[in-house]
This record gives sequence, structure tokens and C-alpha cells, in this order.
Amino acid sequence: MPFIPHTEEDIREMLAAIGVGHIDALFDEIPRELRCGELETIPPGMPEMEVSRLMQARARADGQPLCFIGAGAYDHHIPAAVWELATRGEFYTAYTPYQAEASQGTLQLLYEYQSMMTALTGMDVSNASLYDGASALAEAVLMAVRANRKSKSKRILLPRSLHPAYRRVVHTIVRNQRIELVEVDYDANTGLIDSADLETHGGEDFAALVIPQPNFFGVLEAVDGLTDWAHQNGMLAIAVVNPLAMALLKPAGEWGEQGADICCGEGQPLGAPLASGGPYFGFLCSTDKLVRQIPGRIIGKTVDVEGKTGYALTLQAREQHIRRSKATSNICTNQGLMVTAATIHMTLMGAEGLQRTAAACHANTDRLIQALTALPGVEPVFEGAVFHERVLRLPIEAKKALRALAAHNVLGGVDLSADYPALGDALLVCATELRSEDDIENYRAKLERVIQSQSQTPCQLKPDW
Amino acid sequence: MIYEHSREGRRATAQAPLETTEAAGIPAELRRTRPPLLPQVSEMQAVRHFTRLSQKNFSIDTQFYPLGSCTMKYNPRACNTLASLPGLLSRHPLAPDTHSQGFMACLYELQEILKTVTGMHAVSLTPAAGAQGEFAGVAMIRAYHDAREDGARSEILVPDAAHGTNPASAVMCGYKAREIPTGADGDIDIEALKSVLGPQTAGIMLTNPSTVGVFERRIKEIAELVHAVGGLLYYDGANLNAILGKVRPGDMGFDVIHMNLHKTFSTPHGGGGPGAGPVGVSKRLEPYLPVPMVDFDGSDYRWLTEIDRPDSIGRLSAFAGNAGVLIRAYVYARLLGREGMHRVSEFSTLNANYLLKRLMDAGFDAAYPERRASHEFILTLKRQAKELGVNTMDFAKRLLDYGVHAPTTYFPLLVPECLLVEPTETEAKEDLDNFVEIMQTIKQEAENQPETVKQAPHTMPVRRLDDVRAARELDLAWKGGEQPSK
Repeated sequence: MPFIPHTEEDIREMLAAIGVGHIDALFDEIPRELRCGELETIPPGMPEMEVSRLMQARARADGQPLCFIGAGAYDHHIPAAVWELATRGEFYTAYTPYQAEASQGTLQLLYEYQSMMTALTGMDVSNASLYDGASALAEAVLMAVRANRKSKSKRILLPRSLHPAYRRVVHTIVRNQRIELVEVDYDANTGLIDSADLETHGGEDFAALVIPQPNFFGVLEAVDGLTDWAHQNGMLAIAVVNPLAMALLKPAGEWGEQGADICCGEGQPLGAPLASGGPYFGFLCSTDKLVRQIPGRIIGKTVDVEGKTGYALTLQAREQHIRRSKATSNICTNQGLMVTAATIHMTLMGAEGLQRTAAACHANTDRLIQALTALPGVEPVFEGAVFHERVLRLPIEAKKALRALAAHNVLGGVDLSADYPALGDALLVCATELRSEDDIENYRAKLERVIQSQSQTPCQLKPDW
Repeated sequence: MIYEHSREGRRATAQAPLETTEAAGIPAELRRTRPPLLPQVSEMQAVRHFTRLSQKNFSIDTQFYPLGSCTMKYNPRACNTLASLPGLLSRHPLAPDTHSQGFMACLYELQEILKTVTGMHAVSLTPAAGAQGEFAGVAMIRAYHDAREDGARSEILVPDAAHGTNPASAVMCGYKAREIPTGADGDIDIEALKSVLGPQTAGIMLTNPSTVGVFERRIKEIAELVHAVGGLLYYDGANLNAILGKVRPGDMGFDVIHMNLHKTFSTPHGGGGPGAGPVGVSKRLEPYLPVPMVDFDGSDYRWLTEIDRPDSIGRLSAFAGNAGVLIRAYVYARLLGREGMHRVSEFSTLNANYLLKRLMDAGFDAAYPERRASHEFILTLKRQAKELGVNTMDFAKRLLDYGVHAPTTYFPLLVPECLLVEPTETEAKEDLDNFVEIMQTIKQEAENQPETVKQAPHTMPVRRLDDVRAARELDLAWKGGEQPSK
């Protein structure tokens, strides 16, 4: 029996010890009329060899197209050692370190992770992870509402230049607590938070302003001024950052006069493969002042009875298993294994490796933009500095262009027409450090053909595989 | 600490791009001026450090891990290997449907398998963990009442023995959590339940078998009582391992459930996640399921989003949840097949009842001795604590010295000095026998040399830790300065 070690003799002895005749008798407290029959629509079990064949075929079916999509998930090189180590059984098959003495590996690693995340973001403290970037922002919003005692409203300013999926997730998670999300528009020329629209909220009561860096369009926000504006108006500043960008950009803890109060985001660029969107991990850091409002696990350094250094879960009085209905969040399991990978990733890359990678992504996206905007009718939508993504306007329908490119095994970016109809036929494109000059030329040449064919005739190119 | 191995100027450059570019397009005022304090170590130093750290952990792969309510069973290697196939790992979450059919086929079939095995009408896979599934479930209960303009319902009932996530999730959805007592036999106190049910009741959250390790025998009656006042029933799937293929939450009358795939479907616990907490619902809650979901029209798979499902409670993560965990669960389900699912509950229940019987024979007290154990059971060490001054925590710590991870301690809160023991179906009889012997040995030690037990553990990388100091003198990150000491 797969994964069940019992021999016939074991079963006989065990049943005899219990004093029942057969295994089914162990279910005698379940009312008879509730018992289910055979699960006929579930297929019968398969040996590993057959499941393997099935999965190989499934994986092959999706191909391995050339990817120029970013939009919150980025295709980066992951050092070979990262997952070799993270999938060691002692990390992979342990659980939440409730028994600290038997979990010092995980606990120390999490303390090292917290150290690295505070270094990267310039914040004082970090938790041990949340589910993903979007849900981490939702937790940050709830945290800000709890923490900002000056604010009587449960209102949050959320820019439209923030990832649309993040805005939806925040809405889903906070709406039942009667928290109001007020959107701030973006400037049609720069893609930045529209300062005139923001100014209309000056002097109003909001618990926090959310500041993305870079924003969804890839554009770099004027974070110093935004942070100071939030503080001048009695709001907390919540930074939503790409952690890889933090190796190159001013860290959230240094924004403006006082720094951001909370910094959160998607940890995927630190060692998690794209893997269809997860598992990734959300990170959440804050100032010392707010540490008791942080959701999720936090690890502290301490000593044992002999004075030896050790690590333990701490500030557990915030958490659901102690505080129940009065906890800061309902989160229990987080994304421990992804954080294990991220800690090893940051260690192997170091500050210089992360900085070089970030700079290489920036330079590659520049190359891509130059190549594509050389095509007639292709132009950047926003002026100004970006990190490693940019919005381009096409002379043809964006959706059709992407479909035709995909037929040529190029994933050309994200169509923004549904979320930002005012931008017209706009694409969000990204070239990480993994895209070579040949890849970029490949995209350019394909897009050129697609534009030519679609502007001349309505029919699509035939796939060339 | 990894920083101990760090030396200024040491580089592990094989990992980073060779070329250094200037990122000239980024203005000076937006740039970082000092590099972050990350370790500067060689690849080999990193590999040694993290390998050694891993060796300081207990894990399923190295120890018996009978942590009650967590279902620490063997995680088949094939699940990891096959979820890590290059085509699956490199797939971007926003790849078009034309390049996603293989992936979506796995998710769709997993939805169908979970529907069948739980008896629910529809399933969404997107919640990232059990607690997020709970949130989604309660949010759906709320959406249902709101759609009926039944806005006066303000309370979610939870048993006093429930997981802490239950009341915390209810509060996150804007409800008040109200506790109901457990009777002396381990079942819910039905009279107490009746006394709190009313027009303010939005629903009840139950685990069955419950957190005290027994099957809630009057579940049908409870479902009728709650439904009669217009409330809905939420099933916490933490203990689904106990009943897989035997009885289904849908048949018990539950309206909404979450499953913990990292428990029942054997995906790894990873030192505290990632998990996956799919939700299943009855017909009346189907419109509110969180998105995205996968649809199949007989030839093609496609995503169902907010546009297709306008009444959905919405999106819980930026993409489709913990996709890689879902793939592992799918592989596990295909390896087991329908007959394997029955075996999960049969052998986890056999192991628990055998272990309980042997421990009772060895002189330990069961919290509910007259009841049949489910896949887990509770021992109470109240007698030992009183007579010998050796409490549950001491037993737990001493177990570590004998190479066994401690069962869950002091949960549920209503049983004094309790150990919640869940052996799971993947442990062999001799490992269970070994656990009984160890428990007997510790009991003898507690009688003859109690200090040995009270000061345990003696053989772990550290002795008992000062939790008070950890919370009072907060040290949550290394900030540089002196080289950290070993």
C-alpha cells in the first residue's frame, strides 16, 4: 500500500490490542446514515511511473515561451544551492517551531531572514513572512488602522498606480471591517501618483497612505515627498516595494524625514521560481514603535538556562493561538520554506549580487524599450525613470498583438486595457537579467511582423513552429 | 549566525551577473547610498552554514513527529519532483490560456477530486493556507446573509476547544466570536448551543472529528438546529485526515469547508508553510467562492475571474494562491487514487487507537477514555503533575531527548495538562511501540529522578530558553557592530 507500512500481521496484532475485529469497527461512532460509499469519480491510484508520465506531458504542453511579463512576478536566476538546501528534509518536512529546542535550525534561519530584510528595507523589525505581497499589504492596512491612534477614521489612501490585483485583494480582506479605501489617481503624463489629486485629501483624516516603489507601471515614485506629506497630514506611510529594487533604490526606512512606518511587498524576486504564481511569500517590516501591531510570527534572540544563545518565537501574545478573537491577525501557517530559500538566496547573492542583478534588469528593460520603440508607432506611455518595467503604447490592438506573439512563443507583456482603459492599447513589459540580447531581438522582430501584418490585413500570422 | 562568516570584500560572484551596469536612468535622489548589511560569504560557507542549521531541526524525515492537529505524515518525494518540472516552475502566472492548459488541467482535476471527497458542490483552490480558507469561508457566509439583506446576524459560534484561527477569522470578517462549551463526553453541549442560537447567529465553525479527537456524534442535530435559525455551518478541515473516504462534510450538512492540503494531502510543512487551504461550498454559497477558479468546457480550460463571477468575495492573493502546493497535492491524490483515500483514514485511525490503548495500558490517562479515538487523541498528565510535580511541558521536552518530536501541548485549552497525539497513517507499528516505551521510561524517570525530566532537554542544541527575556529585551534582527559571537 503506498506510504502505509502495515503488514497483515501488524494489522491483526493492532486490532487485537484494541479489541475490535476489523478496521471499519473503529468508525463505529460515526452515525451509519452519514457514511459515504465508494468515491467513484476519483480515478484509481497510479504508480509513480505513470503519474510521472502524466505530469511530464502536462508540463510539456505549456511549453517554455520567452517571457517578457513582469507585473508582480519576475523571472530571475536562482543560485543552484538555494533549492538544493531548502529542500533538505530537515527544512522541507519540519513544522512551525513550537518546540524551540528541537527547531533551532528554522528559528535561527528566520532570525537571519529578519536581519536581512531589515537591512534591505532599512526598517527596524521584520516578521517571519505572510502569504504573498498582496495579502501582506492587506495586513499592513489593518495594522495601520490599529496603530494610528491619531486617526479616528478607518480610511486608507490607495493609489491607482498600485498593482490592480493588490487593490482587489486589499478590498476583499478589509471590507468586512468597514475600512474605506479611497483611490488616488495617477498623472497621465508621468504615471506617478497625481499630486493634485492627492492634495485634495490634505488635512483629511486617513489612517495611512500607501506608496508603491516602483509602482505597477514600473515608474519610480517621488517617495521622499510622499512620505513627508503623509506624516504632515497625520497618516502613516505604508511602503510597497520590490525587495530586489531595494538593493539599488533608497530603502523605505530612509524615505523623507522620518522614513516609512510599514514596508511590505512580494518576496518572490528573492529566490522563488515563477511557478504559476506561488508559493511566494509576503514580507512585512516596520518601525520599532509598531512592533506589537505586527501580524504573524516573529523570532527573537534569547539565551537558554545555561546562558547559551538561542532563538524562539516571541511576542506570541499578538497571535491567534494565544489571543484568539483579539489577535492581530488570523494567520497561523506562513510561507516558511519560501523564506528559507530567500535567506539562502540573499546570502549567496550578497548586497553586491542583488545590486548587480537589479541594475542588469534595469539595463535590459532599457534595451528592450529602445529596440521596441524603434518600431513605427510603438512609444513609451510615461516619461521618467523606471526600475525594470515600462508601459508601451502599440499602433495595433494590444490584445491581438499579445495573442499573435504568443502563437510565436513570445509572451510580450500584460495588456492594460481592462484595468486602465484610458491608456489605450498599452502593454506593460519587463526584461529581467535572464533575457539576452538575442531574446530582445527575437521579440522586436516578431513584434515588427505582427504590427506589419495586423496593420495591413486583419488575418493573423501563422505560427512558425 | 551567517554573519560570523562574513568578511568585507569576500564575494560569491558565481551567482551574480558578471557585468556591472550603472543603471544610469535612475536619479541620484532615488538611489541607495549605502549597501544593505547582507553577509559576504563564499558559496561553500553558505552551504555548510545552512546544512548545519538544518541539522538542528526535528522533521518528519528524521523523527517521529506526532504533533496533534498538524498531520505530520510522510511527504512523498514524487510530489516535489513532479511539481518542480521545468515547464511548471518557469510558467508565469499571467501566461495566456494557450500556454497554461497542462497546468490548468491539474488544478481542474484537483478541484473535482476535492469536491468528491468532501461531498461539496463546488471548490475554489485559491486560499493560501488554512486560516485564509477560514477567512474566505466566513466571508462567504457574510456575503450570503448580506445578499439576502439579512444584516442583523452578528455572531459566529465556535466551540471552546476550537483552533485559535476560528475566532480570529470570524473577527476579521467583522463578526463577534461567541464560545460554546464542550460537554464532559467531548461532544458539544447541545443545550448550551440551543441557548445561544438565534436571529443574531450567522453561523457556527466546527471541526469534526473535533479538536478533542472524537467524532461529534450529534452533528446532524446540530446542523438542523443551526439551519433552523438561519445560520450556516462551517467545517474546519484540520482533521479531514480522520474521515477521508468514510464520511463527507457535505453529507453532514456543512455549507462551507476549508481543507488543509499540507495536512491531509501531504504537502510539506516547510518549517511553517507554505500551506494551501482550498474551500468547498454547498450550492447556495457557490456564487461567492473566491477567484480565480478553473473552468473546463470539455475541450479547453480557462480561468474564471471577477468578470465571470461578479458575486465572488474576490481575490485573496495577487495570482492563483500557492499553485506549487496545489500541484503537489494533485500528484499525491493521483498516487493514492480513490482506494488510497479510504486507507488514509483507516490507518491513521488504526494507529491512533492502537497507540491510545497501549498508552492507557501503560498507565496513562486518556482525556475521553470512554470514547473511540479518531486519528488523534488526548492524554492528560494531570495526575503526574499533581503527584510527581512533573508537568506536560516537562514530558514534552524529555521526549525530544529520546528523539521524538513532542505532541501538541496545552491544546485544546479545556483539558488540563494535555498532550494531543496524532501518529498518522505512515508510521509503522514498531515506531508506535517505541513511543510507548519512551513514554513509560519518562514516567519512571518522573517517579525516580524528576529533576532529569524537569530540566529536559539535555541533548538538544540548546536547553530551555528564556522566553520572558526574548519578549522583554527584544532582539529581532542583527544590526551590525560587533561580529556576532558563536
